[in-house]
Amino acid sequence: MRFAVIVFPGSNCDHDAYYAAKEVLGQQAEFVWHKETDLRGADAVILPGGFSHGDYLRTGAIARFSPVMDAVKTFAAGGGPVLGICNGFQILLEAGMLPGAMLRNRGLKFVCEHVHVRVEQTDTPFTFACRSQQVLRMPIAHGEGNYFTTPEELRRLEQNRQIVFRYVDAAGVATEESNPNGSLQSIAGICGERRNVVGLMPHPERACELSLGSRDGLVMLESVLKAHAAGALAAAGSASV
Amino acid sequence: MRARVFVTLKPSVFDPQGKTIVDALHSLGYGAVEDVRQGKYFELEVAADSTDKARSMASEVADKLLANPVIESYRIEVEGK
Repeated sequence: MRFAVIVFPGSNCDHDAYYAAKEVLGQQAEFVWHKETDLRGADAVILPGGFSHGDYLRTGAIARFSPVMDAVKTFAAGGGPVLGICNGFQILLEAGMLPGAMLRNRGLKFVCEHVHVRVEQTDTPFTFACRSQQVLRMPIAHGEGNYFTTPEELRRLEQNRQIVFRYVDAAGVATEESNPNGSLQSIAGICGERRNVVGLMPHPERACELSLGSRDGLVMLESVLKAHAAGALAAAGSASV
Repeated sequence: MRARVFVTLKPSVFDPQGKTIVDALHSLGYGAVEDVRQGKYFELEVAADSTDKARSMASEVADKLLANPVIESYRIEVEGK
């Protein structure tokens, strides 16, 4: 399986994502510079964490105009799996590929710590191998992760089961204290209506080996690999890019 | 022609920065300042031959880039020559 890791100016988790896909998962991985217009036959796309374009204006606001984003949109429209991690999630929101927007964290602090999230939906390519309600321990590192959307959109997200991850405590219960940034309904990650585009603030790629303090994130990459092997992903790759 | 674009969070959206600033003002003794909303201010130099055209151009770029319609609204002032 081939992973494309998109590199924007200011991405800083691109090497982590590349390493996790290539060395830990044992798959092919390639960096794709944001000025490129071709995903080179990728089977899955990762928009990595970081501070694309210095987070100027709003997080992800400039990156969404990068030439590569047209290819990513075409890939996603064909059903290809796209994972946005942290800044990658923010870019997906700004690009309109996922609904909602990010506000400054409640309390204004840049929050850098391990958190627990509960897997709410297992029918996405990146949670395919998870158990329902499985609790994963992964790091977060962001200043703008306070997920916000309109009440109508929130209802749609719930009706369509698009809330994929919620911040919870170690026991799997969502509480005021387990919500690190003030996100609406403790939302840590969502998917699009077609479920193939997933964005989350925690960093699964930084939680793939025990030496990093947790390997709970690996199941997300194993998910897309299993989904790919099972033919559960639309044949988007070569046809659309 | 100069267009000024003022972007602020919508009234329905909590502004954690504004809240922090108003708290600081209260601790400085400015209890009369009841609320603060923080926003962004842009000055656009627009090549346009009428204020209407400059305004519509400013509005277009505000919609496309300067403001995020999910959380923000904006106001435009155009200064003629």
